[in-house]
Amino acid sequence: MTLAEKILARASGKKEVTPGEIVMAKVDVAMSHENADVVLRAFRQIGVPKVWNPDKIVLLFDHRVPAECEKTAETHKRIREFVKEQGIKHFYDMQAGICHQVLPEKGHTRPGEVLVGTDSHTTTHGAFGTFSTGIGATEMAGVWTTGEIWFKVPTTIKIEVHGKFKPGVSAKDIILHIIGKLGADGADYKSVEFSGPTIKDMSIASRMVLSNLSMEMGAKVAFVEVDEKTIEYVNRKSKEISSTFNYTSNPNANYEKVLEFDVTSLEPQVACPHSVDNVKPVSEVKGVKINQALLGSCTNGRLEDLEVAAKILNGKKIAKGVRMLVIPASWEIYLKAMQNGYLETFIKAGALVLNPGCGPCLGAHQGILGAGEVCVSTTNRNFQGRMGSSESFVYLASPAVVSTSAITGEITEL
Amino acid sequence: MIKGKVWKFGDNIDTDQIYPGKYLPLTDKKEMARHAMEGVPDAEKFIKNVKSGDIMVVGKNFGCGSSREHAVVTIKGVGIVCVIAESFASIFYRNAINLGLPVIECKDIKLIKEGDDIIVDLTKGEIVNPDKNENYKGLPLSGLELDIIEANGLINYLKKQK
Repeated sequence: MTLAEKILARASGKKEVTPGEIVMAKVDVAMSHENADVVLRAFRQIGVPKVWNPDKIVLLFDHRVPAECEKTAETHKRIREFVKEQGIKHFYDMQAGICHQVLPEKGHTRPGEVLVGTDSHTTTHGAFGTFSTGIGATEMAGVWTTGEIWFKVPTTIKIEVHGKFKPGVSAKDIILHIIGKLGADGADYKSVEFSGPTIKDMSIASRMVLSNLSMEMGAKVAFVEVDEKTIEYVNRKSKEISSTFNYTSNPNANYEKVLEFDVTSLEPQVACPHSVDNVKPVSEVKGVKINQALLGSCTNGRLEDLEVAAKILNGKKIAKGVRMLVIPASWEIYLKAMQNGYLETFIKAGALVLNPGCGPCLGAHQGILGAGEVCVSTTNRNFQGRMGSSESFVYLASPAVVSTSAITGEITEL
Repeated sequence: MIKGKVWKFGDNIDTDQIYPGKYLPLTDKKEMARHAMEGVPDAEKFIKNVKSGDIMVVGKNFGCGSSREHAVVTIKGVGIVCVIAESFASIFYRNAINLGLPVIECKDIKLIKEGDDIIVDLTKGEIVNPDKNENYKGLPLSGLELDIIEANGLINYLKKQK
């Protein structure tokens, strides 16, 4: 069995499952952010007084922090009241950061478990060998009620990555390249498994970039092969890791296909407007004038991303007429970035350093684009109108390309 | 059986186009319905003329992107009674079932034209185009999916189970 099949078999109390089969799986972690407000409304309609297990629900605010309007303030208030009423233990309010960074940091993301979140980028947790996927708010109300959810067992695509990156090329570039090759629906309802020497060499933070962006080719779940690095990280964060479960696919597992990529000659990649699979090497996009450069998000707001940017921006100035926004993915990263002096570098370069959260990525607040404006961004979506005006343009790239472009004022080859 | 007039849309229509993120704080369903498909280029005709009982026929990977249910709520809100797609993004598909909006996958959508009057049989996964005397085969819904649709969504379905 593949890892997806093994986890679903365990979660549904079966010895074996096969792709296409519908299983009822027990949920280990149920995560929601501001849309917990929509969930709790559906939950009230179902009419059970108590959630199935208040210790398995994790709630926090990240999409609109601090509240950018009265409606959001009311949303936050209703969720706080619900947390109290239900005795939900794991509630971080707005003092933690983006859910997909906070859950691993706080030890809620563990290999071999089923984690569902009311956020599409919940695939991120697959970087830890977790069967993690995004669901809608009504479906989450069902989980809060029963602790279970149905899944159709997905087929699996294995992606093996070989070679050593050229300087300045990173996880973001290979995953954009892969999405460009497979297309926006290339992994629709499939489990993706990343493995190979390049992946093994990657930090946990870089692996999370792969699982995060796999959503943009439709992946249901996106695993990175669990190794000693994963186990070390999870053990450090969580006391609840199960040591009896084998977190890797069996050698005789059945793959729908196996794809191989080599990064040796890969150059930095850019996803051009208005779809994530519209990917070109940076040399073909260079020269595009920008108004905004955004460094952050659940894709690329981690310490190693800020470090890359700080090295590039050290002693430099953001181009005139360009605004650069820096948004660390979590409070833990925010604090370390401050201690390491990165925030000082950003501020001296003329960047706006904002509080951890999702902010402008989804056009919520903190850096909306006007008509005709162009943003180069480390985030994960460049859909038309995503970051504001439907006549604005978002280019997705690595932290290195975004920082370099902020200095020159145009999309720039490293 | 579902009967209705067809509105057509292309491939990879994402949830930001179906329901732009700036409207996420809205909670009133009527208010939400005012913004259906607002981010889709050239959707003015649809927005102005869509009627209750109409059907959407769309391309590949419909509803890709965010997990926001608002995308389903807004489509249902303008009166769409069924969405037929060459393929769906999986979160949108599940949200549709869970909110009681029938969805069918069908590879022949290119044969269906805007303005056609079609009949959909969810149990068989069959689409009939009587004026053209054509039949298209789609994927039938599973038993559980049909039960949830019949209850008009997961909430009512779970209420019954309670």
